Amino acid sequence: MASQEVLREEPSRGSFINDPKVRGIFFQALVVVVLVAGVWWIAHNVIDNLTRLHIASGFGFLKGRAGFDISESAIAYSSDSTYGRAILVGLLNTVIVAVVGIITATIIGFIIGIGRLSQNWLIRKICTVYVEVFRNIPPLLVIFFWYSGVLAVLPAPRDSINLPFGSFLNQRGFYFPRAVWGDGSWLIFVALLVGIAMAWFVARKARQRQMATGQQFPVLWTALALIVGLPLLAYALSGFPLTFDYPKQSTFNLTGGFQVRPEFLSLYLALSCYTAAFIAEIVRAGIRGVSRGQTEAAGALGLRPGSILRLVVVPQAMRIVIPPLTSQYLNLTKNSSLAIAIGYPDLTATAGTVLNQTGQAVEGVVIMMVIYLAISLLTSLVMNWFNAKMALVER
Amino acid sequence: MQEHDMSWVRTEMVLAQPAPAGVTGFRAWVRKNLIASAGDTILTIVGIALVAMILPQIINWAFINAVWTGPDRTVCATVAQGGVQPDGWTGACWAFVNAKFGQFMVGRYPIEERWRPILVAILFVALLVPMLIPKVPRKGLNAILLFFVLPIVAFILLVGGMFGLPHVETSLWGGLLVTLSLSFVGIAVSLPLGIVLALGRRSKMPIIKTLCVVFIETVRGIPLITVLFFASVMLPLFLPEGVSFDKFLRALIGVSLFAAAYMAEVVRGGLQAIPKGQYEGADSLGLGYWQKMYFIVMPQALKLVIPGIVNTFIGMFKDTSLVIIISMFDLLGIVKQNFSDPNWATAQTARSGLIFAAFVFWLFCFGMSRYSMYTERRLDTGHKR
Repeated sequence: MASQEVLREEPSRGSFINDPKVRGIFFQALVVVVLVAGVWWIAHNVIDNLTRLHIASGFGFLKGRAGFDISESAIAYSSDSTYGRAILVGLLNTVIVAVVGIITATIIGFIIGIGRLSQNWLIRKICTVYVEVFRNIPPLLVIFFWYSGVLAVLPAPRDSINLPFGSFLNQRGFYFPRAVWGDGSWLIFVALLVGIAMAWFVARKARQRQMATGQQFPVLWTALALIVGLPLLAYALSGFPLTFDYPKQSTFNLTGGFQVRPEFLSLYLALSCYTAAFIAEIVRAGIRGVSRGQTEAAGALGLRPGSILRLVVVPQAMRIVIPPLTSQYLNLTKNSSLAIAIGYPDLTATAGTVLNQTGQAVEGVVIMMVIYLAISLLTSLVMNWFNAKMALVER
Repeated sequence: MQEHDMSWVRTEMVLAQPAPAGVTGFRAWVRKNLIASAGDTILTIVGIALVAMILPQIINWAFINAVWTGPDRTVCATVAQGGVQPDGWTGACWAFVNAKFGQFMVGRYPIEERWRPILVAILFVALLVPMLIPKVPRKGLNAILLFFVLPIVAFILLVGGMFGLPHVETSLWGGLLVTLSLSFVGIAVSLPLGIVLALGRRSKMPIIKTLCVVFIETVRGIPLITVLFFASVMLPLFLPEGVSFDKFLRALIGVSLFAAAYMAEVVRGGLQAIPKGQYEGADSLGLGYWQKMYFIVMPQALKLVIPGIVNTFIGMFKDTSLVIIISMFDLLGIVKQNFSDPNWATAQTARSGLIFAAFVFWLFCFGMSRYSMYTERRLDTGHKR
């Protein structure tokens, strides 16, 4: 009888302290307590230190006069502008170098990555050497190499190296003709937009027709004709408003034209070369990830090698390639902060100067972190959208 | 009788014939790998042109025209620049590297005390090499010596201030010494911390999970420079008045935390790849959480992600060069600092110094990646799908 009653009781759960649920709650509570205490202690110290050093807090300093010059700026800026504007200039510079760097790195990376899979032994080896060299040295070193090792030892402006299309290369950077848009040049832009819109429309119609009837339409050539032809037509109609301001050689310097400073040039070249090596590896892995059966089946269907690559291999490889490619783009953007080492005024450099001048370290670092996080999230969002678009659509 | 006339049976084996001339040998290799088609031939020609254009220049610059020894800049400068070389000369200035080699290795560490870093380096190599060779026994003892005893010995030897060794400020450290010690500590700290963070991120406890996710994603979203800025500018503010951290220690904290966040994501990838049955199997054996992780899950998960772990190590090794931003001089920093030495300022100095630094970084990183490939092959149990 007694034993039956024992059985009817709740099953023994062992000791109270061995219950995983209780333990979980206990440890989390402990972590929270430690965390709150730590944050309180840090906040207390920070306030203490700030009052002792007479440093103001809050973001009011952003409205103050910056008082320092920035060598390169995409928007109007002078030393009388505010700290906030200085940081904005830095942010724009970061975005500019990141965008052009990403484009170039992608192009070089795809070429090298495909080259590593080439049938040609020599091309394969050259691409392998490129990847193995750039993957294994720090990006900062590549930047310094371009900056102090290559660009700094170029000839002085007097003996600039002449390049095609009236551009020059010397110690002070790369000069090329600047386009001067005259009256009526807006027509060219409108024509370009119309051309792109029409090309998109034609591509859509052609696809629909091919789906319905199987007839193909030369989309590529039509689109090219529309996108290039229309602006050219507009250019001619509006009376050739586009002229070029060529850089001219004077005794000590070059005047006119558009100057790309060595800081930007070395950062851009270094980031592109460095990231391209990683992109090449991703592309190679992506293409090898598409099984041989796919290529063979496409061949058996009678597709030509070019079509096999375009219609069968690349769309599948892209699915493997896009996620790691995204993180490489983010890496490039983050590595652009190395600009500070050679004095290109990017976000880190300008925010660092602001931080040093005002002494408001907490706010300065918070601004930097928030902006970089925002850029990272934005890039991830765009690439995730692209990824979802490219993902396998299963019926 | 007739059978004998009609059929013929071979009584001896025919010797194996060599492969047709068209598919073996050098000519066939060339045909297959270099001139398979018209396009291929053009590519080969372009490739040969590229190599022929670049390679002789590199060899000329780095070996034939290079200056290996010399007292000062005159050996590496042309006559017009105040040196001894003929005008138009370009070549590597290895004399610069040669003269500054000691500095490149240990920075401004006092010359009479340089035996200390050298001793540490010898101890490090003596412990690391047997650790890396699988056949050498007593791995456990070796690991304890390498990861627990060596850091203490190295700390005493390098910092000094006890046992009659004079104290050496960390601000005097530099060169490869800083690069290696930052990376070694970073590696030793980031792997365990990364494992803990990864486990935290997969934990069922909501608060711990949130904390880990926030930490990992924040650190991964910002550049290392920002973390270093944080470590160098904000850490002093976080501490009570009068307490201050060594700059070297601050950089160490920054680099380790940064690497730990990346490591956590790599380890998490491994944890996710382990089939659920392994977890359930461990549970059904009555193992506790830590036993389950230590004996069942981690050995499999870590083996899966060896390439990722080593990639993170390589990334961190390269990232240590960023400490130059908070004015510490690792190998790259000290090389760059020496460009401004008026005794050695020539057009070739920067290039030579940087290529030397690149070569050292490359050796370490390439070595690590090759070793990881070797380990991967060795540990491959053939369970891969």
